[in-house]
Amino acid sequence: MGSSATVNIDFFVILASLLFVIGAFGVMIRRNMIVLLMCIELMLNAVNLLFVSFSTYYGNADAQIFVFFIIVVAAAEATVGLSILILAYRHLRSIDVSIFNKLKG
Amino acid sequence: MIATIITQLLGALAVASAMMVVLSKHPVRSVLYLVVTFFFISGLYIMMNAQFLAIVNIIVYAGAIMVLFLFVLMLLNLNKDAEPKTPTIIWIISTVAGGVLFLVLVAALKDIVLVSQKDDFAPISNIGLVENLGNTLFTKFVVPFEISSILFISAMVGAVLLAKRDKPTID
Amino acid sequence: MSISMLLISLLCLPLLGAIINGLYGKHLSKGISGGIGTATVAISFLIVLTFFGQISEPVKVTLFRLIHLDSFDINVSFLIDQLSVWMALIITGIGTLIHLFSMGYMKHDEGYYKFFTYLNLFIFAMLLLVLGSNYFVLFFGWEGVGICSFLLIGFHYSDPIKGISNSLAARKAFVMNRIGDAGLVFAAFMLLNTFHTLEFDSIAKMVKEGGVEGISMNSILIIAITLCLFLAATGKSAQIPLFTWLPDAMAGPTPVSALIHAATMVTAGIYMVTRSNFLFELAPYAKDVMLYIGVATSLVAAFMALRQNDIKKVLAYSTVSQLGLMVVALGLGAYTVAIFHVTTHAFFKALLFLGSGSVIHGMSDEQDIRMMGGLRKIMPITHLTFLIGTLAISGFPLFSGFYSKDEIIGYLFVENPILYGVMMFSIVLTAVYMFRLYFLTFHGEFRGTEHQKDHAHESPISMTLPLMVLAVLSVFGGLLNLPGLFLHQGAHWLNHYLSGAAGLGLIEHPESNVNTTLLLMGVASSVSIAILIWAYVTYVKQGSLAKADSDLKGWELLSSKKLYWDELYHALITKPVEWLGEQLKQVIEIKVLNAGIFGLAALTEKTGNQVRKLQNGLVSSYLFWMVIGLIMLIVSYLINTIHWN
Repeated sequence: MGSSATVNIDFFVILASLLFVIGAFGVMIRRNMIVLLMCIELMLNAVNLLFVSFSTYYGNADAQIFVFFIIVVAAAEATVGLSILILAYRHLRSIDVSIFNKLKG
Repeated sequence: MIATIITQLLGALAVASAMMVVLSKHPVRSVLYLVVTFFFISGLYIMMNAQFLAIVNIIVYAGAIMVLFLFVLMLLNLNKDAEPKTPTIIWIISTVAGGVLFLVLVAALKDIVLVSQKDDFAPISNIGLVENLGNTLFTKFVVPFEISSILFISAMVGAVLLAKRDKPTID
Repeated sequence: MSISMLLISLLCLPLLGAIINGLYGKHLSKGISGGIGTATVAISFLIVLTFFGQISEPVKVTLFRLIHLDSFDINVSFLIDQLSVWMALIITGIGTLIHLFSMGYMKHDEGYYKFFTYLNLFIFAMLLLVLGSNYFVLFFGWEGVGICSFLLIGFHYSDPIKGISNSLAARKAFVMNRIGDAGLVFAAFMLLNTFHTLEFDSIAKMVKEGGVEGISMNSILIIAITLCLFLAATGKSAQIPLFTWLPDAMAGPTPVSALIHAATMVTAGIYMVTRSNFLFELAPYAKDVMLYIGVATSLVAAFMALRQNDIKKVLAYSTVSQLGLMVVALGLGAYTVAIFHVTTHAFFKALLFLGSGSVIHGMSDEQDIRMMGGLRKIMPITHLTFLIGTLAISGFPLFSGFYSKDEIIGYLFVENPILYGVMMFSIVLTAVYMFRLYFLTFHGEFRGTEHQKDHAHESPISMTLPLMVLAVLSVFGGLLNLPGLFLHQGAHWLNHYLSGAAGLGLIEHPESNVNTTLLLMGVASSVSIAILIWAYVTYVKQGSLAKADSDLKGWELLSSKKLYWDELYHALITKPVEWLGEQLKQVIEIKVLNAGIFGLAALTEKTGNQVRKLQNGLVSSYLFWMVIGLIMLIVSYLINTIHWN
């Protein structure tokens, strides 16, 4: 592999934006709660990608550390989110998001 | 040259599998497609020489979190498609909104002039190596590192507490 | 002790007495409470005496700077010069005597300690007023005495029979004072705007040097300032048109009437005009206004006093009348003579009021002179001192009132003989009603009830001692300012003494020659003696009594009904203002409340109801709106920063 190969930063920006938009689209469309959570994870990953590309481009390691922490937080969030989901399923017997509207004003 | 092609290929495949995650009707298939997407993204990390993060991405994300998702799916026995169809109008609105968001993001970032320390994007750099990353992590960011352990404790406690079955009351 | 330390203790002692009595008075015995009140004022009097001995030149003591702006400063500073020391002497001296009197008079009152709190507070405020070196501190004291007057007039506000009328009288006094205060505030603003300072000495210097914009003889600005100042003086010193509060203020306890409405507060207006003499000298028009109003007030009040039957009301109208005389002196530019009359008036009016208090106390709280009579045998000391006071106020020769009145009407004769005639008529009326009061109260047969006759007694020494002191002062007070006829060495001592104060020494008075002075003195003396004889004949020999209310006709009815002055004010001013208030209430209250405030609340509620529907509980819609928000955010950023090329 040639090290003189250059991929412009724009490529990663557009790629990350596309992945992010796909994740957002998924959250708006899907009504299965678990798939919803997965689309959120997808959005986080898009952001991770952007961070890492910027970090390599700038030569600054701080952004990769931040990605590390994003992964940490995503793990914790997925855990808690899924446990809440299980609890809700026990009561409502379904994971259709449109039924989870008890908090409406 | 080849690195460029591989990078672009990996990017395209990642987008494709992400689309499948969203559009797939079976929840289990969505999970599997997401795992595949993670693999492709890790590939991209490796192309940028962020080795540590690539491995961590696989281990933590694809290995632990997605397995957790699968567990919950199997636990709730949602293998078959139990999801009602969303109305078409929602599809249209969401597509439009998503598209507009994408366009706007691209427009905002299209003319940015990045001042970087390097003239070109050299994939082979030392930033992502484990030693360098560990150096920064344990000197500059040691406090958030310690605090994230507290975060994990609270997440674990929360998960256990939330998912516990209520004791049957004596009526 | 330095001057400033003395000054601070002078001011703080009455305040301290007020605080102690106010906070702890309930737990103190009556003797201690009253003792503290009296002692603080007595010590203040001694301090003022040391000032009197030491001060030969004005001393200004600045305590601290209150307001500091680019264009002007306002300091809390005090001016110790002859005029302020003299006024402080009167205040603390007569104040001490009245405190002593109150210890006996108010002994049976429940609010004993409250009374002394308010009295001490009043002394403090009045001292602020006379010792202040600028209009700001003066205004502070001015308001303070207004408040204390309100508190003291309405002191018995919870009295079951007269409580409401006491409160109404207090309110009337306060409101009328307030109208005058507006004049003082306007004048202060104009002064501040023109001279950029409120200090007396600075303004006096600027006026003397000239060159201040808008200030020249009889200019519009100076006339406006002086008339506003005089308006304030009419409020405090009870001149036309703001005098009707003073007779009503007799609802307060008698020591209050003696201290506030005879000796001190009502002279605040006179003091202020004297202090501002440099302004009034530039506005002869304002001085003419003062002259005419003084004469008119004197005459009208004397007329009203002729047929009053409450012993205190007669004295109240006589106070208004005497104040009119002082204002006449001010209008003639004879400021030191006005202060001289303030002094002698303080002596004999306080004496008369305290004497009437003693009478009321001995008569078990009876105030109507038609129920009195023959008291000279029962209350000898009160009788003798009251007689001395009456002779002094009527201008009987060689008593103090004779000298002070004579000086004023002497100047008036030179200026304006017609007004002199009118003033003489008013003085005649003064003698008439005072002697009427004296004879009906102390001579003849006792006309009261049996119960009162059994309990009638002379007052204790704590009450008669001040009477005796004041009587001596009323007799010999004239020595302060003897005309040049009698002694050349010590003549006009007060005039000379006061001329050291700001500006007072430079004013020229119209002097009359010796013959005219002797003639006027002779006229005044003979008038006074003649009326004494006539009154004696009418009331004692012929035994004519005050008529019952239903028998009054003609001028007597007018006099007894106070020329219907209060009713006139009520119809002209009070009722329209009340009507206006009612109308505004209907319009503004109803329209503003219903349409405005409730409408606003209803609008908020409706809006909230609509916005509430956004919260439908679905996560997807929330995210949708978040996406929309994000889009708008980035679009706005783009619009601001992007280069459209």
